Amino acid sequence: MAKMESSLKNMILSLTLISLSASALLAGGYVLTKEPIDKAAQDKKNNAIKEVLPKGDITIEEAVEIKLEGYEDAFVIYPAKQGDKLVGCAIETYDNNGYGGKIKTMVGLDAEGKVINYSILEMNETPGLGAKATDWFKEKGDIRGKNPSDASFKVTKDGGEIDAITASTITSRAFIASITKAYEAFVKYQEQ
Amino acid sequence: MNKFKIVINGIIKENPVFCLLLGMCPTLGTTTSAINGMGMGLCTTFVLICSNAVISLLKNVVPDKVRIPAFIVIIASFVTLLQLCMQAYLPSLYESLGLFIPLIVVNCLILGRAESFASRNTPIDSIFDGIGMGLGFTLGLTTLGLIRELLGNGSIFGYKFIGEADGMIIFVLAPGAFIVLGYLIALVNRLKSK
Repeated sequence: MAKMESSLKNMILSLTLISLSASALLAGGYVLTKEPIDKAAQDKKNNAIKEVLPKGDITIEEAVEIKLEGYEDAFVIYPAKQGDKLVGCAIETYDNNGYGGKIKTMVGLDAEGKVINYSILEMNETPGLGAKATDWFKEKGDIRGKNPSDASFKVTKDGGEIDAITASTITSRAFIASITKAYEAFVKYQEQ
Repeated sequence: MNKFKIVINGIIKENPVFCLLLGMCPTLGTTTSAINGMGMGLCTTFVLICSNAVISLLKNVVPDKVRIPAFIVIIASFVTLLQLCMQAYLPSLYESLGLFIPLIVVNCLILGRAESFASRNTPIDSIFDGIGMGLGFTLGLTTLGLIRELLGNGSIFGYKFIGEADGMIIFVLAPGAFIVLGYLIALVNRLKSK
């Protein structure tokens, strides 16, 4: 077949056809993958809630949304109860000041507000540097068992006691800020 | 041209990372660890094979003057499709590479091969060129990632062996990418000149 000539009609025709088939292909791909993607995100969230709450016989109550001043999106609190007693909360928290923008974390606080565990849901931090936050604050900069209302709940550079990720102070600050915010939301929830 | 030769050409003689120096943005950006480099290389390979095949099939119906936009639309479609599939079926890999996947669209290696190989050769040859170039790219990225991870983090493919200590952090940062790449290219050139 000879090469198509670059006339206006041919150019419009071929570009339109290519774009149309590309959109059709993508629409198909989107429809096929939408369900698994939503499911993966939901699974991740459910696993994160389980991971950050105390083990044992607990029931997770319906989520409560808490708004904090200066933060546009609500903080979602999943209270966990043993019988009638509140044993802890899983809190979906975030901070927008990470190195790559938003860091979204699920953090578990016990009834006194101490950190039980955390799991990062979403972040765009540099792989190999800031992205180490996934495990860092369970290892070198362990925050588990600490209370975010303490004055020492800051990275060492800011006068606190938590070791920041090497060469990723911005990520560490944003992460710690999100945990502190979760605590504030938790206090507000208890007041209600 | 011999199919085997096309593949080997991409891996050794015209290795995209060490010889053609194409696609430097993901090369420098994603190779902070061996596994990231390999993941990025394989994703690029997939897109490269698909786009080479389709562009080669369509080479006669796309007028010359609009070939670049047409190629970009085709490449971008495959990248988006790959992104959706990864998000759905390989969420953990997507998490560590997600940020870089859309960047495959503007990887000049892919457009470069579309322009210089796929639009002049048969679809079968183009697929083999995609395989060769893709594997060459993967090899380059994995090597670079391996060295950077080893020096910068003291681990290989995530297995740490220097205990508590940190590595030389500069190798994980951007300057380390340039330093390692520079030495690797020098080494490859030296081996080739012999």
